[in-house]
Amino acid sequence: MTKPILQVNNLTKKFGSLIAINNVSFEVYEGEILSVIGPNGAGKSTMFKLISSFLKPSSGAVLFNREQISGLKPHITARKGVIRTFQETTVFKNMTVRDNIIIAHQLQAKSSLLGFFLNTKLAQVDNENFGKSADEIIKFLGLSDVRDEVASNLPHGLLRGLGIANALACKPKVLLLDEPFAGMNHDETRRCMEMVKQIKKSGVTVLLVEHDMPAVMEISDRIVVISFGEKIAEGKPAKIQKNPKVIEAYLGVEDESIGI
Amino acid sequence: MDKKFIIRVIISLIVLLVVIPTVLIVTQRNDYLYGITSVAILAMISAGVWLTFFMGRINIGQGAYALIGAYSAAVLITQLNLSFWVALFLAGFVAALFSIIIGLPILRLKGVYFSMITLTLTEVVRLIAIAWTPVTNGPRGITDIPLPGELSIFGLTIIPDFATMQNSKIGFYYLSVIAMIITFTILYRLVNSRMGILLKSLQQNEELASSFGVNISYLRVISYAIASFFGGVGGAIFINLTQSVYPTTFQVADSINYMLYTFLGGLAYVFGPILGAFVLYFSWDILFIFKEYQLLIYSGIMILLMLFLPNGLLSLRLKK
Repeated sequence: MTKPILQVNNLTKKFGSLIAINNVSFEVYEGEILSVIGPNGAGKSTMFKLISSFLKPSSGAVLFNREQISGLKPHITARKGVIRTFQETTVFKNMTVRDNIIIAHQLQAKSSLLGFFLNTKLAQVDNENFGKSADEIIKFLGLSDVRDEVASNLPHGLLRGLGIANALACKPKVLLLDEPFAGMNHDETRRCMEMVKQIKKSGVTVLLVEHDMPAVMEISDRIVVISFGEKIAEGKPAKIQKNPKVIEAYLGVEDESIGI
Repeated sequence: MDKKFIIRVIISLIVLLVVIPTVLIVTQRNDYLYGITSVAILAMISAGVWLTFFMGRINIGQGAYALIGAYSAAVLITQLNLSFWVALFLAGFVAALFSIIIGLPILRLKGVYFSMITLTLTEVVRLIAIAWTPVTNGPRGITDIPLPGELSIFGLTIIPDFATMQNSKIGFYYLSVIAMIITFTILYRLVNSRMGILLKSLQQNEELASSFGVNISYLRVISYAIASFFGGVGGAIFINLTQSVYPTTFQVADSINYMLYTFLGGLAYVFGPILGAFVLYFSWDILFIFKEYQLLIYSGIMILLMLFLPNGLLSLRLKK
């Protein structure tokens, strides 16, 4: 954990008069798992979209390797190596697991579309590589059983796994996971956590936005807490758990004036 | 590619290029010859609608590009005295160019919003054709377009001058059918290359595709341009067949028809538009015997088809 790979500098996002994110700054170090948590409506998802360039900030900037990525088009940001997954189970539902992952290899394509159309040597090599790499990812994440299954037939947990597989196919430097454990049962969460740990081990920096507290506490190297669009705490999981501000944000202040 | 597919392709080619023309020449049914020529052109224009649908956009404006192609060809041939064969390609490129300019803003729209805008396009082009008299000759149109001349490379005649043919209708039959075959070969290859799988991904979720680094706006514009190229070339062939072009040659109703051919043929199948155009074109002709009930029965059949064969006619045969 030496140098910051991703820097969030004074990020602010307004929707009309609503301030969704207010002057938030933090850094993500290379090779760590950083979680952004916060109560409902805190602005986690907005934050997530800002980092992945799916939204443009009102002010402030997101830097990747000291280069500004906020305000770029999503596919340009993806090309630089910052890859996001989606909340819920966003995959190409009418395609097989393998086809999904093959599409996600777009960034590795050396041939142009015309090359693919004419089926040049380069395109053939590309197609072959995509297939091989897709099979490797399928193995890595333990999806071999459902390799040729149409995605819409998969159970919830495996769909999320497919979402992560798709993101891995882009060979990310920073992987942004949007609520990877949401709606999962205990076993599925365990499995998914294992996946995330494996990904970290392979050298990818992970930033995740999450609701599931126990999972976050276990998996994260550091945690950033936001509430009502502002950062209220940052640090190691053990410290965050005891931070009075965080407890207040999640449980609310005891209000004696109500008198119940 | 499996053997069955190759055999099917060879059989269709023989039927299209040998059997049908021989039978129609022997029986001297010029009306059917003209009909099938039209179907080939219509199928070619509808191929563009099919391609735009493949990336998740319902295109009801294909007539606009057919009209642009038609007028480009007419002007290039009558005023600049260009050869028909050169004009044919230029017409496609002009249509594609316009589709890029128009497509850049409107392709951001999805669903019914995109369809509504494309619905107005045909009317806009028609009005321009009426108003821009110095070039288009207004509502009187451009008539007396000469028949396609000969195409030769290094003095070797590949296609003879249509005017010297005994029956130029046969020439047009081959021209249209071969153009259709080339169009659908390109389309088939496109859909089965990586571009096809990318377009399919756009159809399902554009945001997700862009998160993988797919340049979605580029892909959309390129395919829309290819679709419009087909439309432009189809329009150019059609007006050379009728030897005249008017602002009403391609109207909103035609654009809707292209969409119907595509839908009824089957959206999941590349060759759907051919079947759709064929069936709808000739069923309209056959229903002529019912006189004033023609439209009623025609629409009735169409509603039934949509209810019972929502995936198009080809879904009857090709079960995936």
